[in-house]
Amino acid sequence: MVTASVTGDVLLSKAMKQVGDVGDLWKNHGMFRVVGNVLRHPLFALGIVAMAIAFFALLFGLSWGDVSLIAPASASLTFVGNMIAAKLFLHERVDRRRCIAVAFVACGVALLAF
Amino acid sequence: MTFRKYLVLVGVAVFGSVGDTLLSRGMKDIGTISLTHLQSLLLALQNLWVVGGILLLIGFFAAYMTALSWADLTYVLPATSIGYVIIALIAKFVLHEQVTTARWIGILLITSGVGFVAGGPALTPLPEPEGETEHQREPELAMRGQS
Repeated sequence: MVTASVTGDVLLSKAMKQVGDVGDLWKNHGMFRVVGNVLRHPLFALGIVAMAIAFFALLFGLSWGDVSLIAPASASLTFVGNMIAAKLFLHERVDRRRCIAVAFVACGVALLAF
Repeated sequence: MTFRKYLVLVGVAVFGSVGDTLLSRGMKDIGTISLTHLQSLLLALQNLWVVGGILLLIGFFAAYMTALSWADLTYVLPATSIGYVIIALIAKFVLHEQVTTARWIGILLITSGVGFVAGGPALTPLPEPEGETEHQREPELAMRGQS
């Protein structure tokens, strides 16, 4: 579930970066151009497929584990996984500020289970 | 970061959290859905809470995609985590659920994380070619958008 969710997020992020700033595109070319560019992008379609796999993997996980464990554990691991994948595949600058933020949020999400 | 872009980030958090809450409220009205009676899922579409939740989640997805077009993934995800806090506050003050001390600590940690990341830059600059000045990704994205 975590792998599919991270893959989906990374693919969607990559697709949207290649489409361009949606606000500027909308202002210069209109809504239909924005929607068309997004839907035609192959990485967008792959990202949606990955998100769908993550959803069904979550349902499978929930069939054998408690939601109070699965939901926060998967959410926290997804945060950390997204940080690592974004650094490796999207070449984002993950500085100390973002590492601390991700650590705080991941721990905070896990504590929401109690 | 402009005011409009901060609004988009707030939209991601608010639409996602309120949309999930409305879905939850609507599905509780419908009751447990069995795998042998999946057609009862169609009944869910007649529930106003579920319809409202779906509309808000469409708004969440649109705002999320918009944010990803001009900000890093590692910026958008923690910056919009305030949605978890909104859900907990809705649970406490609207649904009158019990919120334990551990959850309040979790809320504090999430809020701190959001504050940390929101104060920093949203986008990783492109690497500087030799002999040229540093430039941001946005002009290149604008050029791609016009192609």
